[in-house]
Amino acid sequence: MKIYPRISDACGIFGVVNEKGNLIPGEDAVTAMEAMSPRYNGLGAGFAGYGIYPKYKDQYVLHTIFDDENSKTKVEEYLNSRVEILKDEPIPTCKVRKIRNRPIVWRYFVNPLPQKKAAAEKKSPDDQIIDLVTYVNSEIEGAHIVSSGKNMGVFKAIGYPWEVAELYRIDEYKAYMWLGHGRYPTNTPGWWGGAHPFNILGWSVVHNGEISSYGTNKRYVEQWGYRCTLQTDSEVLAYLLDLLARKHGLPLEVACAAISPPFWKDIDSTTNEQGRLLLATRITYNAALVNGPFSIIVAVDQGITGLVGLTDRVKLRPLVAAKKGDKAYLASEECAIRAACPKPEIVWTPKASTPVIAKVERAA
Amino acid sequence: MSTIPPEFVVKIDPEKCTLCRRCIIECSFGALKLDKDKIVSENEKCIACRRCVVFCPTKAITVIKNPLVFRPHATWTEKIQRDILKEAESGAIILVGTGTNLPYPVLFDHILIDACQVTNPSIDPLREPMELRTYLGKKPSRLQVKEGKGKFKIETELAPNLKLETPIMFAAMSYGAVSLEVHKALAMAAKELGTFMNSGEGGLHKDLYPYGDHVIVQVASGRFGVHKEYLDVAAGIEIKIGQGAKPGIGGHLPGEKVTAEIAETRMIPVGTDALSPAPHHDIYSIEDLSQLVYALKEATDYKKPVFVKIAAVHNTAAIASGIARSGADVIVIDGFRGGTGAAPQVIRDHLGIPVEVAIASVDDELREEGIRNEVSLVASGGIRSSADVAKIIALGADAVAIATAALIAMGCTVCGQCYTGLCPWGLTTQKPELRRRLSVTRGAQRVTNLVSAWSMELKEILGALGMNSIESLKGNRERLRGIGLDHTILEILGIKPVGR
Repeated sequence: MKIYPRISDACGIFGVVNEKGNLIPGEDAVTAMEAMSPRYNGLGAGFAGYGIYPKYKDQYVLHTIFDDENSKTKVEEYLNSRVEILKDEPIPTCKVRKIRNRPIVWRYFVNPLPQKKAAAEKKSPDDQIIDLVTYVNSEIEGAHIVSSGKNMGVFKAIGYPWEVAELYRIDEYKAYMWLGHGRYPTNTPGWWGGAHPFNILGWSVVHNGEISSYGTNKRYVEQWGYRCTLQTDSEVLAYLLDLLARKHGLPLEVACAAISPPFWKDIDSTTNEQGRLLLATRITYNAALVNGPFSIIVAVDQGITGLVGLTDRVKLRPLVAAKKGDKAYLASEECAIRAACPKPEIVWTPKASTPVIAKVERAA
Repeated sequence: MSTIPPEFVVKIDPEKCTLCRRCIIECSFGALKLDKDKIVSENEKCIACRRCVVFCPTKAITVIKNPLVFRPHATWTEKIQRDILKEAESGAIILVGTGTNLPYPVLFDHILIDACQVTNPSIDPLREPMELRTYLGKKPSRLQVKEGKGKFKIETELAPNLKLETPIMFAAMSYGAVSLEVHKALAMAAKELGTFMNSGEGGLHKDLYPYGDHVIVQVASGRFGVHKEYLDVAAGIEIKIGQGAKPGIGGHLPGEKVTAEIAETRMIPVGTDALSPAPHHDIYSIEDLSQLVYALKEATDYKKPVFVKIAAVHNTAAIASGIARSGADVIVIDGFRGGTGAAPQVIRDHLGIPVEVAIASVDDELREEGIRNEVSLVASGGIRSSADVAKIIALGADAVAIATAALIAMGCTVCGQCYTGLCPWGLTTQKPELRRRLSVTRGAQRVTNLVSAWSMELKEILGALGMNSIESLKGNRERLRGIGLDHTILEILGIKPVGR
């Protein structure tokens, strides 16, 4: 595997969800992203759509990027030993003049194979998929699984958001929840895996910022079997969320309090059960604290379904929230929200380290 | 007659000297005396402690290194020749105080720290909140939280943890090795700073009981002064297995230092030698350690964290892993540069490994085994500055303990004569006229100043790193780079070379 240096970047992020689970056209996400053009430099962009594969809503969908046919063959050999592939096909794309050196992009709709092990040793299907993704991303050269959730997919490439949207024909998809991301990385990685969103299972994260605590967070998730293979600090956020909210079963609000906890002075002055909870969370999960400037938007369909916005403890990166009817919006800039939704009912700037959570009542 | 030439020469300017004799009173080693109408020095007794220099009212005194030339020889250096002469004359082991003075490479000085530029804003600690608070003790690997009616209830019980407002504690120095005044000053400073002092192995004088919330009491192989109240009054208990300056070696407090108060505190007869055996005679393997850990926990109702202190030796990672599984809550790793009141020179200078590599390998091993949360790691032995603190935390320690630096703050000049009991600065002595030289309140203030200054410097480093909390530095080796280190050492430290 080619190792790229860790990349720091500044970006524009966007997320929208319909809390009733009704579908939103892909153009809305693209329009919103177009409004924040000064935040990108054309070196990476991506989208995540949830609810885009209703025909295969119970299968894990592996969106995969291959450097060449050789790596594709190797991955398929491996997949056949681990999963039942119900369907596989190229991810539909069209030619975009500015996007060159295109790798092969393919999607697989899969079910993990039953395990021939004693019941106690059996892994959950989710953990089987994590093992599979980890193996492919770290061991098979030239191949990267960029998303692995159900009824969702991540589309990312090198280019501006509108170019990536055109490439993947985002306007042809409808989703109840969208994420968008455009990058301004400070060097040129030249590969698609390093673009956002970052995904594991039902968790997708778009991130604006740089994680000062990356080394601490990375070594923490590695203790729990995750491996950071994409050489971009943002990746670790998806693993942290999966670890805390899925594996450890923490309520989403508590997981957010672990990642961006209150200051000690505020914990000290919080009494009763809430104070005990905050103290215990910070002590236990000190290595999960994400430090440095960040705003993130998380799309989740993993136990719970919804959109989450969170910033660092002193809010060194912007995040704006808005609501209109059943739809909730989050973005780096208000202009992005207004581009997709000209007359929001309320617009507000969330407080530092206070999560904004918009839950979906019923996934489409 | 000794054939060893003096190491230092005292020079007294007769023009400035007023024959006030202050220097004669100050020199606890008796190197100065009045000879008719001038002060003369017996240079062979001078230890270069600077006491006379500082207290001479007319600044008439200087002390210089003896310019006498030992015939230059790269193998048979002056130091080697001196050691041979000392042993040839005495037929005895050479005793020394403080940490090793041999010029081994200091790994800390080959590590550089990152800083933020452009992509990531650095943070000004004078404007923004900056947190150094650290909790020491066992942490659960995960929390069980129940959700009901929009409220969360925590179902995991936390093990006892010590709360440090700064990740710097005071390392163990026993009452006996140091004076009661030193113990009191450290206790007062620990309370003021929101951190902890360590009693060392000589018990805890009753005057320090009011500071118990900021004291970790030690249980060492001699079990001096260990009783129910001693354990009850403390915030934490430390089992001392080894000491960085003298791994595998016990201790010996000579009878002349065992005054009535020390005898009472240590629970031994006045004037008897206090001997700490090399091993604990009830710990001959790891399972025995576990029994002592739980015996101490039983005795204190599982309300206090139990520390285990070991010297950093070649196989420290595996040993630490065993300790982490023994029920201990905190492991203290004492590097070979650590100080001592008295140790055989050969042991101090040649046994053990640096704390930097010990912490890195222990942290790796515990993570590898998935038990890093079972214990906190404290680094001690050669922590000289806030930069060292930042580096060792980034390598994997939770906190540090300092002793020599705290003594220097109170006047120690690292003369290395602690074992003589004649400390001219009143630190490592039991003689009333010397003890008087240390003011408890002034000592406490100076130590508090030192740790406050280091804490502010730590905040500056965190700010430059774009962090506002010390836990984001812990084990964050991404933010360190090595300079002038070979490939293998870089790999062991888990850091990249500069430029990568």
